[in-house]
Amino acid sequence: MNGPLLFLPFIPLLPFLGFLLNGVLGGKLPKPVVTAIGLLAPLGSFALVGRLAYLVWSGALALPVVEPNAPAWISVGNLHVDFGSVIDPLSLTMLLVVTGVGFLIHVYSVGYMHEDKSYWRYFAYLNLFLFFMTLLVQAGNVLLMFVGWEGVGLASYLLIGFWYQKTVAADAGKKAFIVNRIGDFGFLIGIFLLLANFGTLTFREIAATLAASPGWTGGILTTIAICLLIGATGKSAQLPLYVWLPDAMEGPTPVSALIHAATMVTAGVYMIARTHFLFDRSPVAMTVVAIVGAATAIFAATIGLVQTDIKRVLAYSTISQLGYMFLGCGVAAYSAAIFHLMTHAFFKALLFLAAGSVIHGLGGEQDLRRMGGLRKKMPVTFWTMTTAVLAIAGFFPFAGFFSKDAILYAAFLSGTNGKIFWAVGLFTELLTSFYMFRLWYLAFLGKSRSPEVHAHESSWSMLGPLVILALLSLCGGWIGAGRMGAWLAPSVGTHTVEAASNHLEWILSGLAVLVAALGWLIAHVLYREGSTSAEKLATSFSGPYKLLLHKYWVDEIYGAVIVKPLQALSRFVLEWVVEYAILGGLAWLLAGTATFGGAVLQRWQSGNLRSYAAWLAMGAAVLLVFALAPYLFGSHGLSMKWAGW
Amino acid sequence: MIPISWYLLLSAALFCLGVVGFLIKRNVITVFMSIELMLNGVNLSFVTFAHMWHKVNGQIFVFFVMVVAAAEASVGLAIIIAIFRARGTLAVDRIDLMKL
Repeated sequence: MNGPLLFLPFIPLLPFLGFLLNGVLGGKLPKPVVTAIGLLAPLGSFALVGRLAYLVWSGALALPVVEPNAPAWISVGNLHVDFGSVIDPLSLTMLLVVTGVGFLIHVYSVGYMHEDKSYWRYFAYLNLFLFFMTLLVQAGNVLLMFVGWEGVGLASYLLIGFWYQKTVAADAGKKAFIVNRIGDFGFLIGIFLLLANFGTLTFREIAATLAASPGWTGGILTTIAICLLIGATGKSAQLPLYVWLPDAMEGPTPVSALIHAATMVTAGVYMIARTHFLFDRSPVAMTVVAIVGAATAIFAATIGLVQTDIKRVLAYSTISQLGYMFLGCGVAAYSAAIFHLMTHAFFKALLFLAAGSVIHGLGGEQDLRRMGGLRKKMPVTFWTMTTAVLAIAGFFPFAGFFSKDAILYAAFLSGTNGKIFWAVGLFTELLTSFYMFRLWYLAFLGKSRSPEVHAHESSWSMLGPLVILALLSLCGGWIGAGRMGAWLAPSVGTHTVEAASNHLEWILSGLAVLVAALGWLIAHVLYREGSTSAEKLATSFSGPYKLLLHKYWVDEIYGAVIVKPLQALSRFVLEWVVEYAILGGLAWLLAGTATFGGAVLQRWQSGNLRSYAAWLAMGAAVLLVFALAPYLFGSHGLSMKWAGW
Repeated sequence: MIPISWYLLLSAALFCLGVVGFLIKRNVITVFMSIELMLNGVNLSFVTFAHMWHKVNGQIFVFFVMVVAAAEASVGLAIIIAIFRARGTLAVDRIDLMKL
């Protein structure tokens, strides 16, 4: 490696060390030590990534960094996979987000989880997650990425079911794991196809192969891209595999912030951006990505309109925002998608952490209908939450404005379907703005609807991350605006649209802000203090309201169409094929053989001495015949030599 | 000169007589005598082959067999007397329980 030492392997390994220490010894260590280990590990990773970023910024390091002698992992026949990392603008951005936001959420967790008796287990899992996530981002080949991909799924499962004593939480963990398996199956098929068609799994080599044959489009590339997309829809909770994410809210709130909002669920977007050279060659797959994204965005946003659990509103909002990112990828505006990924990580982590602060302050209350009037009691939470709401709704100059705008603008300019995507995106923005301000009004303004609970502001270990994330939500947008495209260009290529900036973009931006303001206005009319219009609206449109309240009955439909038949099939296989036919049959066969053998052999044991003797003589005779057979019947005939005198 | 095969045939005949006697006779003492007959049939072939190969091993072997047969006869007769005292019979068909 030329230039300064980068300590790349230590970025994932430090959290792994933290996981090992806390996981093995955590139960015996005093709490401050557990905290120190749990915080130092991600801080160390963040410091290493920060140093990388500084080296790049100061010009001491040229991207992309390619390790020439990465240690080999698998080397069988034609298959060569190594532990190589890839550091380019894309992974560096992602690493900064993952370790930075990850560290902040670790700090927040110290306050949020301080009363939990499994404190050490929590930090062990959280560090494990960070290990796999950084591995996923840094991986230089698809297989290593898949290891990280599965690993974050595992960590997600462990953390959703962290309070496993609650059946709901344990079930939610299983649901997340199983739904992700479906997506991972697609991803795995994609990996096999990549290996079969390219003979390598390294991103750089695949890209080089593709670059060498510019005419190669569609066909198998479409299949591969669709397979990868299926993997991405599982991990990133897109239609039709989004169902696990709302249930995942059963986990601790910082987990929802870190894994189910800021980092893990964006892995699908990252994966598509990382393998963009495949998607670029397949217009069909790109259209599918865009359609999935747009459909998910509006679908989840409509469900989010009527949810009453503060975390569920945010969960559907996350799904919706991820839909935006997919839409961005689908119109080849990868840098816009990654930009939105970054800003979303800031403001959505902030939203979740603020919601966690509210839940913590109210002693575990998550129902929006029982909140209200928290503005005075939790001022810091209120102001940071306000920043996040403005950011996600897309108000100037907050972060969401710039990134969402970039995606919508790219969608508007992309082909014939682009206008439809843009319109869907814009309408989703209206919904987003509405449900976020609805949450804001219900939780913070008006009068308290459960006066018996005495809300209190959270401790500074929780508020500190909130303030930092609020600043990032405020500034993250205009820092990246206009620069993001150029910065990410070496990784994901330049989108022709982003290069040009003209009046159209300003008009569209203005329109987007107007739409967001309209959403705020509607929320104000419906949910301001003393307003009863919301209930009236719900009763006058009871059909659609029920449809949304029950989340389009998707869980029920999946339950009836997929889960129930699958369970019936599994039960049939278990009870009749495995239990009855295989295990039962085997036992019956063994017992039958023994019984039959015994019945036959007991005839022999007559106790009659002469019958024994007869058997003995017969046996001896048979042996004799056997020994003499070659002489008696063989070619020798009876050529026994008679020695004579 | 008597051919060697005659000796062997005689030995086989003795042995077969012993086997048949062992299988068909009821009286334990007769069964016992049949065993002796088989032993002596085998002894005869040992001697025959020893003579044929001009080796003394077979002859020595016969002495061993005779010693063991003598010891066996004394133990066997003692057992037979014990059985007769216990059961009052020497018919092998009756002695088919492994206990008294």
